[in-house]
Amino acid sequence: MEMFQHLFFGFSVALSIQNLLYCFIGCLLGTLIGVLPGIGPLATIAMLMPITFNLPAVSALIMLAGIFYGAQYGGSTTAILVNLPGETSAVVTCMDGYQMARQGRAGVALAIAAVGSFFAGTFCTMLIALFGPPIAEMALKFNSPEYFSLMLMGLVAAAVLAQGDMAKSLAMVTLGLLLGSVGTDVDSGWARFSFDIIELTDGIGFVVVAIGVFAVGEIVSNLGEAEERQVFTSKVGTLFPTVEDVKRSIGPIIRGTLLGAFFGVLPGTGPAIASFSSYMVEKKVAKDPSRFGHGAIEGVAGPESANNADAQCKFIPMLTLGIPASGTMALMLGALMIHGIAPGPTVMTKNPDLFWGLIASMWVGNLMLVLLNLPLIGLWVSLLKVPYRLLFPAIMVFSSIGIYSVNNSPFDIYLTAAFGLLGFLWLKLECPPAPLMLGFVLGPMMEENLRRALLISRGDPTIFLRRPISLGFVVATVLIVVLMAAPVMRKKRGSITG
Amino acid sequence: MRSVGGNRDFWAGLMFAGIGGAAMFIARNYPFGTTLRMGPGYFPQVLGGLLLLFGLYVMARGLRRSERIKGPWSVRALIALPLAMVLFGILMGSLGFIPALAALIFLSAAAGREFKFVEVLWLALLLTLLSVSLFVWGLGLPYPLIKLP
Repeated sequence: MEMFQHLFFGFSVALSIQNLLYCFIGCLLGTLIGVLPGIGPLATIAMLMPITFNLPAVSALIMLAGIFYGAQYGGSTTAILVNLPGETSAVVTCMDGYQMARQGRAGVALAIAAVGSFFAGTFCTMLIALFGPPIAEMALKFNSPEYFSLMLMGLVAAAVLAQGDMAKSLAMVTLGLLLGSVGTDVDSGWARFSFDIIELTDGIGFVVVAIGVFAVGEIVSNLGEAEERQVFTSKVGTLFPTVEDVKRSIGPIIRGTLLGAFFGVLPGTGPAIASFSSYMVEKKVAKDPSRFGHGAIEGVAGPESANNADAQCKFIPMLTLGIPASGTMALMLGALMIHGIAPGPTVMTKNPDLFWGLIASMWVGNLMLVLLNLPLIGLWVSLLKVPYRLLFPAIMVFSSIGIYSVNNSPFDIYLTAAFGLLGFLWLKLECPPAPLMLGFVLGPMMEENLRRALLISRGDPTIFLRRPISLGFVVATVLIVVLMAAPVMRKKRGSITG
Repeated sequence: MRSVGGNRDFWAGLMFAGIGGAAMFIARNYPFGTTLRMGPGYFPQVLGGLLLLFGLYVMARGLRRSERIKGPWSVRALIALPLAMVLFGILMGSLGFIPALAALIFLSAAAGREFKFVEVLWLALLLTLLSVSLFVWGLGLPYPLIKLP
């Protein structure tokens, strides 16, 4: 089997001492920061990203991926122990996880969450290994018109399917694309929107936007809210589920994984939708739905597997097509580009060590999380006691040094401060920042493909409709918008996410 | 109609429309090119126009629905945190790593609601030690710890 050959090669990369170490550091740092209340995976990745820039590309991506799962797992820990969801997907885990914690079964909830996530991770690793190559091979035949339409579909779908306001999400994507056009135009050498500032002719730094919006902006917003001192159970209890617990969890884990994998490949449907739907399904199929909300283990096992499967499968479009399906993947894609790797289907053929190494490392990383996090629960619990007033200066320090270290430029720091203000403003006005990040990352590529496509067609814009694959993407884009704008769907969306 | 003061979507729309309009205005002199050969002004002009339209739509909708902006404004953090970063940037170039860090930490901490001097002092010591050992000694970033003027 070719797949196993590839995976074997991947493991030989992922299991090198160096990469194993970076995977470990990533998982550890990710969990460490993800556990802290009020810091989501996006802020965690943005903040730690500059550290990885000095590493070789494979190690950097492996470490970033580790940070990502770590942060997500850390978020679940906080949800279960303190009833504080770090991000929307953890809201579901709070419902029954926290109840279990109050009954002295926090350990069991955490263990089942870890095992469920591991199962989902394993499944998705196989899925990527199986479907990654055919998708990439198909995409290798794409030309500029197909790419442009695909990116258009990715962006529009991500904006429209995400929670919240459709018009504002689309506006944020557009704003992101516009920000991406700042700097010297590759084609003509014309300096756009640079206001005679020499630093701006190189464009706006990717880390600057990410840290400004996701880390600084969020801190400003958090500081406005009164610090709630949560009462939580420091007694974690046993980690080992009973036979009954295991029996109850197997079904939800499998169903959650499948649901998560399905939502994972769709752009824009963040982990929140996957975990919410899993919770709904479990409540529907349960013999006694009234147990939900009072510490039902199914309500932890299903959603936790679903959100991990979703997170993991988001790597498929990112690695094979170069299309980020979520804010986190936009950050990963940006990191790839900073390492000089052109995203898209060629990653698999040109950088097989990165492609397969990263996939294998996902499995390794998930295993590490189980082996590492369960014994370290005591440490996470004590971290939860650190008050926010001590945490946020630390985040500011690491963010600022991180940004400064990229170009050794004070200008980047000033620009980040400005984006921090903007990020806060966007939170206040409820303009979702993740679509902006997608647009910002894809902007230059989109312009390049549009330019080339129109050159091929001698200036005829109908080329996007005359090529069958491209037409398919355009039709899909229109369908998504029309469907989601329909009043019936809008109501439904509101009830899922609201 | 209620006042637009706290009208969330009105301001969001105004921001989008303003940025879109400004982008179009700034890019007015960039060569637009033709559809066959897109100039550097093509993409920004089109995007600016799109953003302007989205902005007008969101603004109009805001006036119709008039939803309010929620939550408190953390004015203190809004001023202190960006200022802390700017100060860090200036001091990195003039006085060196440790003074820049000290300024960043103290000013950041002042953005919070509680500011206990002794606690912040300990935090500053700890974070400085950690950053110096991790970034300067560990990762080998070439920053002078203290620069004498």
